[in-house]
Amino acid sequence: MTDHRANRPAPGVEIELVVNGATRSAATEDRVTLADFLREGLGLTGTHLGCEHGVCGACTVLLDGEAVRSCLMLAVQARGRQVTTVEGIADGDDLSPVQLAFRESHSFQCGFCTPGFVMSTVALLAGNPNPDEREIRETLSGNICRCTGYESIIEGVLLAARRNVEAGLPG
Amino acid sequence: MKLPPLHHNTPATLEEALDLLGEHGDEAKVIAGGQSLVPMMAMRLARPAQLVDINGIASLAAMEDRGDVLAFGAIVRERAAEKSSVVAERAPVLAEALPHIGHVSIRNRGTIGGSLAHADASAELPAVAMVTDAHVVVRSRRGERIVAAEDFFVGHFTTSLADDECLVEVRVPATLPGAGWSFQEVARRQGDFALIGVAAMVALGGGGSIDTARICVFGVAERPLRIRTVEDALAGAAPSPEAFEAAAADAARDLEPPSDVHGSAAYRRHLAAVTVRRALTAAAARAGVPG
Ligand SMILES: Cc1cc2nc3c(=O)[nH]c(=O)nc-3n(C[C@H](O)[C@H](O)[C@H](O)COP(=O)(O)OP(=O)(O)OC[C@H]3O[C@@H](n4cnc5c(N)ncnc54)[C@H](O)[C@@H]3O)c2cc1C
Ligand code: FES
Ligand code: FES
Repeated sequence: MTDHRANRPAPGVEIELVVNGATRSAATEDRVTLADFLREGLGLTGTHLGCEHGVCGACTVLLDGEAVRSCLMLAVQARGRQVTTVEGIADGDDLSPVQLAFRESHSFQCGFCTPGFVMSTVALLAGNPNPDEREIRETLSGNICRCTGYESIIEGVLLAARRNVEAGLPG
Repeated sequence: MKLPPLHHNTPATLEEALDLLGEHGDEAKVIAGGQSLVPMMAMRLARPAQLVDINGIASLAAMEDRGDVLAFGAIVRERAAEKSSVVAERAPVLAEALPHIGHVSIRNRGTIGGSLAHADASAELPAVAMVTDAHVVVRSRRGERIVAAEDFFVGHFTTSLADDECLVEVRVPATLPGAGWSFQEVARRQGDFALIGVAAMVALGGGGSIDTARICVFGVAERPLRIRTVEDALAGAAPSPEAFEAAAADAARDLEPPSDVHGSAAYRRHLAAVTVRRALTAAAARAGVPG
């Protein structure tokens, strides 16, 4: 495999941020997006890049708990902040509730869009454990899937929401 | 798509930011939420050598109710305003417009000030600024200007901001008690830029006739348009379905919307008439006209 990092100019700044609960630091350039920094600087390739200009939502991560598109932020802007990626939501080998619900509902086919949908859903359910279908559709309107036709994704979110209610969360 | 080489500046105070803008001129750009600027850099439609990041300037973070106006500092996020009960109560037309912008994850970063400074002709917030007669406060090393929305928007992606100026605050007048409002848009999907949209306000006078009407149409021209001839014609009229139908037809007649893959000019003009009628009807109902 070729290393596409080989012919990059030498990175200029060292930044420190908290990623999935652990303090991480690495060198980067001012122009590098948070998405590329996570993938190439930290090797966290769970965050996917589809369009790289804010349209598809594949790169969605949580910044201090809120869903943002990591292709529309510079890595240097995340200095000192808390970033959560799809790698950070499972507990070891135990999938998170949203991941489980997606698996059971067949909420993905090729899986390219899945990290973005999962992170958007995690943020949605953190704010409202039991959203109605309209709210789910509105929130996920920012994520594009080319395979599923979306219905199974909505079902996955509804399943996760139902389990929140069963677990006694308000909403 | 990788961004062009750039230097990221993180001024801690407005004065430092203004110095950087003054020093670098057209080489520099302010970055607020980055939700419009970063895509433009990715596509090389913008390549500022110097980014002046205002997100660390604490004095620009406030959202305040000052009685007659709501003031939004330049880094107040669209999502924060959308969730604010003060905005819902005191500037309801703004509250109604905000959810139409992109998606939650865009609004978590995007700012009210950034949307106005970006001045996309199909964007929601410039139309809200126009219909509410909002003002923007602009600063540079040369001083301060307070600019009415009407004078701020010049054309598509063009405002009266000079290279060395920073928008520091947006002042949206609070809705007068008794005035009704409506925000309507037609877009192909949730979050898309509008094919056409309308922001309207109606206030009733004595005897139940219309005291003031305001109509702003966007997505049909280089900048949002107040349709003042129709507003004037409605003043003093009875708020009837016929009056709104006629007003909508008048408002749409002189528009010269663009034709593109999303819709022809004729289709947009048709949508304008329908949307203006709906907006006026909804605004009048909120002002107390029985449905
Ligand atoms: C997928 C997607 C969908 C979107 N859909 C919509 C939509 O439907 N409707 C809509 O209105 N917008 C939409 N947007 C844009 C979004 O609302 C932006 O947040 C907003 O237009 C710009 O705000 P910002 O804070 O991100 O500005 P930035 O991207 O940071 O800046 C935009 C421009 O304004 C200038 N600027 C910003 N702040 C200042 C300031 N304080 N002083 C001087 N200049 C300044 C910048 O230099 C730049 O030129 C969408 C964006 C994406 C990626
Ligand atoms: S890769 Fe970020 S939105 Fe598509
Ligand atoms: S599962 Fe393939 S893009 Fe969504």
